[in-house]
Amino acid sequence: MEFRLHPVALIRAILRPIDPPLFLLLTVLLAAALVVMQSASPARMEAQLVNTGVALALMWVTARIPSARLLSLAMPLYVLGVVLLVGVALFGEISKGAQRWLDLGVVRIQPSELMKIAMPLMLAWFFQQREGAIGFGEFVLAGVLLAVPVALIVTQPDLGTSLLVAAAGLYVIFFAGLSWKLIVPLVLVAVVGLGSIVAFGDTLCQPGVDWQVLREYQKHRVCTLLDPTSDPLGKGFHIIQSTIAIGSGGMFGKGWMQGTQTHLSFIPERHTDFIFAVMAEEFGLIGALVLLAVLFMLLLRGLMIAAVAPTLGTRLLAGAITMIFFTYAFVNMGMVSGILPVVGVPLPFISYGGTALVTLCVGVGILMSIQRERALSQS
Amino acid sequence: MTEFRSPDQEVSRLRVRLVVAGVFMLLCLSLLAARFVYLQVMRFDYYHTRAEDNRIALVPVPPNRGAIVDRNGKVLARNFAAYTLDITPSQVEDLDETIDRLAEIVDISDYDRRRFKKFREESKFFESVPIRTKLTDEEVARFIARRYLFPGVDVQARLFREYPQGDLLGHVVGYMGRINNRDVDHIEARGETANYRGTEHIGKRGLEESYEAELHGKTGSEQVEVDAGGRKVRLLSRRTAVPGNSLILTVDAGLQAVAHQAFGERRGALVAIEPSTGGVLALVSSPSFDPNLFVDGISVADWKGLNESPDRPLLNRAIYSAYPPGSTFKPFMGLAGLSTGKRTPQQAIADPGFYVFGGHRFMDDKIGGHGMVDLHTSIVQSCNTYYYMLANDLGIDGIADFMRPFGFGQLTGIDLPGEADGVLPSPDWKRKRFKKPGQQKWYGGETISVGIGQGYNAYTPLQLATALSALVNDGVVFKPHVVKYVVDPQTGARREVEPKPIRQIPLKPAHLAAVRAAMVDVNKTGTGARAFAGAEYSAGGKTGTAQVYSLKGTKYKEGNVAERLRDHSWFIAFAPADKPRIALAVLVENGGFGSRSAAPIARQVIDYYLLGKRPAGQASEDEDAPADH
Repeated sequence: MEFRLHPVALIRAILRPIDPPLFLLLTVLLAAALVVMQSASPARMEAQLVNTGVALALMWVTARIPSARLLSLAMPLYVLGVVLLVGVALFGEISKGAQRWLDLGVVRIQPSELMKIAMPLMLAWFFQQREGAIGFGEFVLAGVLLAVPVALIVTQPDLGTSLLVAAAGLYVIFFAGLSWKLIVPLVLVAVVGLGSIVAFGDTLCQPGVDWQVLREYQKHRVCTLLDPTSDPLGKGFHIIQSTIAIGSGGMFGKGWMQGTQTHLSFIPERHTDFIFAVMAEEFGLIGALVLLAVLFMLLLRGLMIAAVAPTLGTRLLAGAITMIFFTYAFVNMGMVSGILPVVGVPLPFISYGGTALVTLCVGVGILMSIQRERALSQS
Repeated sequence: MTEFRSPDQEVSRLRVRLVVAGVFMLLCLSLLAARFVYLQVMRFDYYHTRAEDNRIALVPVPPNRGAIVDRNGKVLARNFAAYTLDITPSQVEDLDETIDRLAEIVDISDYDRRRFKKFREESKFFESVPIRTKLTDEEVARFIARRYLFPGVDVQARLFREYPQGDLLGHVVGYMGRINNRDVDHIEARGETANYRGTEHIGKRGLEESYEAELHGKTGSEQVEVDAGGRKVRLLSRRTAVPGNSLILTVDAGLQAVAHQAFGERRGALVAIEPSTGGVLALVSSPSFDPNLFVDGISVADWKGLNESPDRPLLNRAIYSAYPPGSTFKPFMGLAGLSTGKRTPQQAIADPGFYVFGGHRFMDDKIGGHGMVDLHTSIVQSCNTYYYMLANDLGIDGIADFMRPFGFGQLTGIDLPGEADGVLPSPDWKRKRFKKPGQQKWYGGETISVGIGQGYNAYTPLQLATALSALVNDGVVFKPHVVKYVVDPQTGARREVEPKPIRQIPLKPAHLAAVRAAMVDVNKTGTGARAFAGAEYSAGGKTGTAQVYSLKGTKYKEGNVAERLRDHSWFIAFAPADKPRIALAVLVENGGFGSRSAAPIARQVIDYYLLGKRPAGQASEDEDAPADH
């Protein structure tokens, strides 16, 4: 290079933190989100565009931060998150029967959302500190670090978010090397527990049966999943209408802007949690499978980044973030298509909602940051 | 836990777990893919149908009900469109609060609230119920501007029934009311459930009830696309409703008005029939009621007024109340004597003023008797003794067998609901009527009373008019009917109702002529002479007086016992005598002698029908101006 052109240098500088495959896949998803949003809720297009821009900017900022710096933020973020959660429990606003929001005067924030990033960051940082000496005690301590915020979120009550935060932490613990001897029985207990709920759903769902651990509305959600027709105009309406939307889409879909379930308001929450039903109705099985394929490629890229990341902390973090993306996608599509209970989990990168989109894109930014570091260390 | 692990071992172990995670994700996403294939390919038809069912609603379009007009085209029942304010209770959280707020925008009276409550109890949970009817344009505008504040409340254009003639034909035309549970059962039994979707009112009385199937029409439908809230988004297809047939009556509203007004405040009934067709020209039951009161739910006060009045305005005396015919029975008895050969027209009996049977003296009303009495005199002077003897000669079965074909004691089959059959007494009837063996035996003395139209005899004014029509129509019997034509409003095609006679009674013209001639003389020199003095036509008639007597037992209010114990006054008449165009029966309850109260009514009716003459004091009311709506 004999002479440097400033614009080229500028573009290079901008592009330097970006991982091209990840960015390409993300762009496809965000573009799909805009296309679907135009059909699901045209009034929200502008807001969605703004959200997308902000989320991409924050992704870029995050990607530029060295991963070591990110990990060093773990402790303060985690502590801040827990403090805010306690604040919600004491002074939070009640909305729709649950106490989730904290009004800080300027902004109203949902601290449980912060925990989705802070939790895996904290545990990854924690295991990195103990690298080489990770024993049973470390896993117990990690379990405590996980349990405190999860317990706080459960009591809000917000089952969906607490499950996601718990999953985020558990993924870190899994990748950190928790013995299979412990994992297998835990998974078995979970499978047997869920299996028995399905098997004895009829008895358990009788009115008046108190489930102790779950709130009435959560019990209702589980029961409605077991038999959506039991409550066709109430909670079951969501699942019935979204499966009708998906099923009636057929192989090729009804066409963009042509979904009757969507446009006649039969799909509830069609711009947020149930946006997949809109997509599947208008673009059919083809559209749904393309979405699955793009998501799977994004997940594979995440796992590859984890596999080759330079430090233990970044490996754990990248693996956990990838698994969180997967969890969002699987739980959301499973719920909308009627194989999982209705828990308020958005479809990652597609559903409307600024907070979730920012959280997810910051996650992608972290993956990019880790990938860039490896590239630097290799060169 | 392995205590000694190199970083390389750690990394490869982590990579194994990453591979496990990747495989796990692939499995889960494949599960989703399988679910999508199941929903979108294997179950596509099912879900496609479900989505279409969601989207498309079939909205019934109720048909226009047929109009009812009199024989000259005067409108007796018609529809008018008005706005109603409807509440769908299932979509409203707090009904009382919503109604209170609505009351600030449109006028809602206590009556409206009570009616709403009543309608609500009668309707299904998800049906809309009117809180106000006949909104003014201004009220509609005020509500529309605030509609968003009232989910579950809406303005609807509805057709209402209107009866421009008011109480003139209440008993004939009847009225409509909201469909109640009993009506729903009837509709189901007729297999008409689908056809009544969207229809809220049904004929409850009179022609509205008996011609319900003709008047209603065929419900159409609109296929509309609806959203999840059930709101219409666009029209997909339409099957138009077929309007109900309209009815042209045999009734002459002008004649009806003359007859109606002739009764004034008096209780009673009149049935006038065109003998050559059986068409009913006028059918009055006095007092009458205004069917408009029932159109959008009668108020409690109005209902009480009608239902609890001692004059019983809701009772259709013309077809439901049976009275002993009194002396109006005599022409028929006389004809029976001639037809059976028991008497000849010239044959005369000596009347000492009484007739002894079984040790009992049956008295004539003229002390000392009428002297030598033949058929003609017996009718003109209304001689009882002649008929005591004749009844004895005919025997009760002979009387019953002769009278039955004339329709006495039989349902006439008129096209109005709620007809009573009366009593044509016979030993057979008595056996069935009474339960105790002691009461079941027929006594010869009872036959004697029947001969002069008293005793167990009880006939409706309609039956008497029908029998008289047969008598003056040479024994040709028509089924009396109120409707002349059923008209298809789209094609104008007419179908005639009851155009053919139902039977011919074998009677000799000479016998008929003898009886009719006697009846004509009744109005010239006999009991009807005063009422028909100066008539420009020749009319036959016969007075009658029915002793107050009721099979069913009548409740008397103490205050008016005296008036209500008076005899009922009858008059039957036909005119012109040579070729009768009208035959009628008039009954005035507690009117005393037939010549005094019933006969003048008959005169006024015939004067109007044959000559177009209105009684003095009755204004011409031919203004056909429809009420403004």
